[in-house]
Amino acid sequence: MLKTDIAIIGAGPAGLNAAISAASMGAGVLLLDRDEFVGGQLIKQTHKFFGSREQHASTRGIDIAGLLHEKVKEYKNIELRLGATVLGYYPDGVITAEYQGRLLKIKAQRYIVATGAAEKSLPFPNNDLPGIYGAGAVQTLTNVYGVLPGQRVLMVGSGNIGLIVSYQLMQAGVEVAGIVEAAPNIGGYLVHAAKIRRAGVPVFTSHTIKEAYGDSVVQGAVIWQLDEKWQPVPGTEKDIKADVICVAVGLTPLTELLWQAGCKMKFVSQLGGHVPVRDENMMTTMPDIYVAGDVSGVEEASAAMVEGKIAGLCAAASIGCSTGEFDELRSRALSQLAELRSGPAGEKIRSGLKLLV
Amino acid sequence: MRIEEHPVLTFQRGEKVKFYFDGKEIEGYEGEPIAAALHAAGVRILRHSHKKNRPRGFYCAIGNCSSCLMVVDGTPNVRVCVEKLKAGMRVETQQGRGELIAKD
Repeated sequence: MLKTDIAIIGAGPAGLNAAISAASMGAGVLLLDRDEFVGGQLIKQTHKFFGSREQHASTRGIDIAGLLHEKVKEYKNIELRLGATVLGYYPDGVITAEYQGRLLKIKAQRYIVATGAAEKSLPFPNNDLPGIYGAGAVQTLTNVYGVLPGQRVLMVGSGNIGLIVSYQLMQAGVEVAGIVEAAPNIGGYLVHAAKIRRAGVPVFTSHTIKEAYGDSVVQGAVIWQLDEKWQPVPGTEKDIKADVICVAVGLTPLTELLWQAGCKMKFVSQLGGHVPVRDENMMTTMPDIYVAGDVSGVEEASAAMVEGKIAGLCAAASIGCSTGEFDELRSRALSQLAELRSGPAGEKIRSGLKLLV
Repeated sequence: MRIEEHPVLTFQRGEKVKFYFDGKEIEGYEGEPIAAALHAAGVRILRHSHKKNRPRGFYCAIGNCSSCLMVVDGTPNVRVCVEKLKAGMRVETQQGRGELIAKD
């Protein structure tokens, strides 16, 4: 049995920051990730981040992962285990993990679950054809492994992910046939949309996919227009040839561990699906389980990093670790979060969180 | 197809190795996910669904969705989007659920 003060599940933007904050308070930290690398989905994000300096603004996601990894290495009280998949939480407060072909048992005083999110799919005929991939999958293939997904991509969804991945595909030399968006307006930030528009990519707002087609792999899709009641308009069909359809319709929290542990969960569509009920300090209804990042509600990586800081600080304080700066650090992080969620772009998250906290 | 030049990124690749897809010898880079090596070699159909025998490729590429299950060195249901490529691996298209119990 491995014993530690705080075990953190997931070494993405939230988990890395949680580890650093908890360790800076003097807690012993065991940081686990199922992958062989740290950074989670930061490692495929080649675009520069927004926000303020504290959230690494104007640094590329992939470089933020490197910076955080270096910081983690500076702490002797953080033990990092990669390739460790956490399997379950038991009533006696023990978790198990598969690690190098062995079963690990871990007992921590506090757990911070920072497992992130999974890509959603979209129902349409033939949506299971090979060549229809999640946007994150296309980003992983292109940006991490340097393999082109295809030659001509149809993007579904014009949120930030749809826009950013479209742009990154063009950078890699892939043609983007168009972006299909069910809403009447582009969902993502104007600065991303402008790059797409300048490149001459058509954006089909108020459109959806009628069906994909292809003989064993995808060869194209028929799209059609939606009226103001979101109903398809017959006669408006367009045929778009593409060897990849990239689905960027959002993420949903990866909450299996939280359900299994018995945390109280709530369905909040603004946050991406079922999310744990938790307080301002990121503590769930189980006093030994904290959460941070997309698992507690799908948002930008910048918010995940700040939530990680709060969870790390508060979990450490709850087991008696202390630093003179705790109150100041905590209130600064809380105000950073409020700032990230301010304005019209944060309205959805704010309304979702009102149902939770 | 592989990206050779990129405006932002340089790709760290392992050693070039040979492996087998449905008995046919192809090349990939050691340590990359099997699915990436297959995709670069033009292979997009990884398995067939168990009820309707429909072709399936990967979907999430990070080990969440289990769309990419294949038989690797005789073991079925391997998520090839996260399983690393090694020299000489025998990767096969999976039909249905795969045989879980080894035959003597």
